[in-house]
Amino acid sequence: MFANLSPWEEVLIARHKDRPYALDYVRMIFDQYMELSGDRVWANDEAVIGGPAFLDGRPVVVIGQQKGRDLRERQRRNFGCARGPGFRKALRLARLAERFGRPLISFVDTSAAAADLRAEETGVSEAIARNMAEFAFLRTPIVAIVIGEGGSGGAMGMAVGDRVLMLEHAVFSVIPPEGCAAILWRDKEQAPQAATALKLTAKSAQHLGIVEHVLPEPLGGAHRDPSAMAASIKLSITAVLEELGRMSLDDLVAARYARYRRMGVWRTEPPSERAAEKPS
Amino acid sequence: MNPGGWFSRRSRGAREMDTVPDGVASKCLGCDEIIFVRELERNLQVCSKCGYHHRLTSAERLAITVDPDSFVETDGDLLPDDPLEFPGYVEKASTAAASSGVREAITTGDATIEGLPCVIGVADFGFMGGSMGSVVGEKIARAFERAVERAVPIVIFSASGGARMQEGLVALMQMAKTSAAAKRASLAGVPFISVLTDPTTGGVYASYASLGDVILAEPGAVVGFAGRRVGRQDLGGHLPANFQTSEFQAEHGFVDRTVPRKEMRATLAFLLRFFAASEAREGEADGS
Repeated sequence: MFANLSPWEEVLIARHKDRPYALDYVRMIFDQYMELSGDRVWANDEAVIGGPAFLDGRPVVVIGQQKGRDLRERQRRNFGCARGPGFRKALRLARLAERFGRPLISFVDTSAAAADLRAEETGVSEAIARNMAEFAFLRTPIVAIVIGEGGSGGAMGMAVGDRVLMLEHAVFSVIPPEGCAAILWRDKEQAPQAATALKLTAKSAQHLGIVEHVLPEPLGGAHRDPSAMAASIKLSITAVLEELGRMSLDDLVAARYARYRRMGVWRTEPPSERAAEKPS
Repeated sequence: MNPGGWFSRRSRGAREMDTVPDGVASKCLGCDEIIFVRELERNLQVCSKCGYHHRLTSAERLAITVDPDSFVETDGDLLPDDPLEFPGYVEKASTAAASSGVREAITTGDATIEGLPCVIGVADFGFMGGSMGSVVGEKIARAFERAVERAVPIVIFSASGGARMQEGLVALMQMAKTSAAAKRASLAGVPFISVLTDPTTGGVYASYASLGDVILAEPGAVVGFAGRRVGRQDLGGHLPANFQTSEFQAEHGFVDRTVPRKEMRATLAFLLRFFAASEAREGEADGS
């Protein structure tokens, strides 16, 4: 039955309370990991985690969006919804990776970036924009893995990379299905239909050319067998890093730019003379 | 193309729904006072009583910004497709084109402002809320590339609710595409002036629009990550009166200046002169 889940069922699995979060995978995948803190400007946003780690002895830098497991941790981490300082912490660690030639591994898992007063005060929009621009030209390999929710701009602030992987039951969307349903049908109850319309599943994302690899999950979802899931993610990261490691940094950055530059679907039709002269 | 003629014809009746009702007089959306349409037009759609800046169509904006007859549109042949086969999108886009008089939510091209050349992009909120789908993203990316090729500054007026929901993930990726294109132009030495107009929110404010070398905004424009649709009560505690406006963003260091509409052209010209001056020196050093 898990082979043919509806998009809405995928959303529910992606948001499952027992689903492994970034730090769960970090602990299982890397030999060692040291958490670093702060954006060096304003604050330490705990919706984002990161620091140096070793992948089978190889030094890498890890960043991730971290939801909380219990209520207190959720509040501390703002439910994984980062504000300006969270994205700036990620950028600061990305720069660390670049400076010392370490690959950057990003775990993406957020329902959305925060949009509250503190988020606006700390320039969450600027921080997301800056990260996309800077990640696009970062001179070190970047692998992003959508492990749960790839929520809109909040995800994009940490999801620009050479390869984007996605777990089978993760979702990646421009808007939460509830929000889409409210706009389309003025009814949040129609979120399941909106989930279908938004094509937010891993399979759809791969079909649209947005992610390179979809990693199959244990039967019933990653939370049924976290260590098997972690082992599979580790294998994929290792394989992708090996592939990226064969490229020169110039080629890597050029290919990354091209990866995003080609995204988009449109048609062309010359403006007719009449339309050009009489726009109304 | 003649944006001047376009402006006066369109403002008489075609695109009033966002700003003022048809006729001789209408109500200001800022203060509810009755104002004469003629007077509003003379005042660049700014209320003379309360200073409220009514939204402009892209044609109106071009007409009051660039030198007469200087605008040459580029990439006007790009039209929206339907990558998700999203319910109602095709119909919605064609209705939007009919009611707005534009083919997509941004118009891009080459122009001069007080004789200074630039690449310019002007969003049109009347086309599906100015939302950024593939066409908007592609036109913006090409505009940045054109500015690099021509070695001229780029000016983009934004007015958008964010990424276009109907194009799903493909629209979301335009955030990365336009931000990367802005960065590439920046690395190539292209000056970028980003102008935020009412409203600039979501995936547009959180991408290229926040990456200007200089960021200007019209007074009172809604500018923020979340749109006004998000309930204010959900956003945490006591919210300042200017929350999610140009003034709030300027106060917190994310907008350089709020510029009244009647000063915008002169402000842009000042900046273009500043950037052109530094380019001239580089030209001399190259011996060109």
